[in-house]
Amino acid sequence: MTASASPASPDSLASRASAALWRSPRLLLLLLLTPPLLWLGVVYVGSLAALLAQSFFSFDDFTAQVTYELTLSTYAELLSPANFDIIVRTVTMAALVTIASAILAFPIAYYAARYAKGRWKAFFYLGVMLPLWSSYLVKIYAWKMILSKEGIISWAADKLHLGWLLDAWLSLPVVGGNSLSVSATGTFLVFLYIWLPYMILPIQAALERVPSNLIEASYDLGGGPGKTFRHVLLPLAMPGVAAGSIFTFSLTLGDYIIPGIIGTSRLFIGQAVYTQQGTAGNIPLAAAFSVVPVVIMAFYLWGAKKQGAFDAL
Amino acid sequence: MPAAVTFRSVSRHFGAVKAVDSVDLEIAEGEFFAMLGPSGSGKTTCLRLIAGFEQPDGGEISILGTSANGVPPWKRHVNTVFQDYALFPHMAILDNVAYGLMVRGVDKATRHKAAEEALDLVKLGGYGARRTGQLSGGQRQRVALARALVNKPSVLLLDEPLGALDLKLREAMQEELKGLQKRLGITFVLVTHDQGEALSMADRVAVFNEGRIVQSGAPEDIYNRPKTRFVADFVGSSNILSPSLSGSLSGDRRWKSLRPEAFTLEPGNGRLSLTGTLEASSFMGAVRRVSLKVADTSIHAHLPAGAALPADGEALTLHFAPEALNPLEDAA
Repeated sequence: MTASASPASPDSLASRASAALWRSPRLLLLLLLTPPLLWLGVVYVGSLAALLAQSFFSFDDFTAQVTYELTLSTYAELLSPANFDIIVRTVTMAALVTIASAILAFPIAYYAARYAKGRWKAFFYLGVMLPLWSSYLVKIYAWKMILSKEGIISWAADKLHLGWLLDAWLSLPVVGGNSLSVSATGTFLVFLYIWLPYMILPIQAALERVPSNLIEASYDLGGGPGKTFRHVLLPLAMPGVAAGSIFTFSLTLGDYIIPGIIGTSRLFIGQAVYTQQGTAGNIPLAAAFSVVPVVIMAFYLWGAKKQGAFDAL
Repeated sequence: MPAAVTFRSVSRHFGAVKAVDSVDLEIAEGEFFAMLGPSGSGKTTCLRLIAGFEQPDGGEISILGTSANGVPPWKRHVNTVFQDYALFPHMAILDNVAYGLMVRGVDKATRHKAAEEALDLVKLGGYGARRTGQLSGGQRQRVALARALVNKPSVLLLDEPLGALDLKLREAMQEELKGLQKRLGITFVLVTHDQGEALSMADRVAVFNEGRIVQSGAPEDIYNRPKTRFVADFVGSSNILSPSLSGSLSGDRRWKSLRPEAFTLEPGNGRLSLTGTLEASSFMGAVRRVSLKVADTSIHAHLPAGAALPADGEALTLHFAPEALNPLEDAA
């Protein structure tokens, strides 16, 4: 089509180009998708492939050199007691953090989605998002003080004459330690605090989409609040819980800063990757460690799908 | 035998709005009862009060002779067909229908069998394995009906159940619902703003306006003897005659209503007549709608579609039986 056919529109290059794009939506789609696909394909998937490839090489402890021959020995090394211990510790922590944040997030998200209106809703969003605006490191160091022996928790426990309870908890193996800030309990609490918003928001979004007449229909058909929660609300909110748990689980699996600052000296996967590739220069083992969360997440998603977590999508 | 539902001066307020304002009503067991009114008239709130989704601010609600005040919806032997069906999107049709039995702890085989039967009842046998998204609006409506009926409720509440269906389907469903009610003998309470639906289906109709029942009775009574101007206008359409016009016709100087279909072109024994100028006439299919200017009042009449009429602006005389004049209680 030329300008003479539609004299009202100026015959500029831009208008002809937009008309041409309008006539061929496929071309438009191709133009729009090429840059992100290039990014995804080359930078993102490419680096993942490089990582995967590294994990199939091995590292010679004597020469401190990487041997570029395909082998599974690095993966075998992952199963050595010390390394396997790191994996179990990290996965257990991620699972506990995920479960605890789901339990904590649900009532908050439920209130925000079903009851909060106007200013209360704004307050909710502010309350959930505000911690995300401040520096991650500042928050962690703030928690280190809160959890320390002289911190507010110990102080409050003493004032409430509950110091014995805190001491009893800290004297337990695995979860205990000299103070909360150097115990696994402390690591757990900080993980929970840091990742909680990532659980609240998707659950709230999912609950927001559940029409209130479905709740009424369940009541009407004889389902009390408990049964309505189990058979209607929870299944319909499940995609939100699944989305939130993907965040909390994978973020905990990969984090190396929190367990480095708060908790015991026992390593988590992220720290193992950091030390292997940094100080030790053992890139293959670091790569193999990095593959672990990827594989775990793949299984996790597969399992969630099997359980019907995404049926209501 | 106690009434299925009784309201004793029941009120429900939302802030300053009196959604339901001191309503008294009694719905007999096995009755098909319709609550008719414009939107915001309080009919839906009344239904929600029966279902238990709302609690009254004043007055007493009884279901089958026992007070329902403070009884939560899940403990009432009442089921609802929701306006937009409210089917559970994460369940197959069969599980939707069996839901009420499932939460009561009925075992899977028994409840699935009962659900199959309920689906047969609404002519959806064999649809159990489908998902709600795979059904048309009319089919979803039937599923909603089956899901309520499977619990064998004492009272079935229907909240504008046919509102979202197209005309043909709506008419078919009206007949079907009425037949189902006769066959099952369950008390049906229908909320609708469609007067045709209320008149054609119900044994008794209550007309709502501004939170109150303005008139209740058999459909024929409501239609033929509207007590107020609101009812005369809302149920069907009516000509409202001022005292001076009505006095000049019958000597009785009260406000009157007169149905457009009461008019004929032919004079008859004892029939009254109105003469005026023909303002306009339009073809409506089955009838011809005529508007006649009498003094300063416009009178509407429905005449047979083939009626021979003078040209617009000419004089025309219409006749009607004196019984067709219906006195109204409230003034203009």
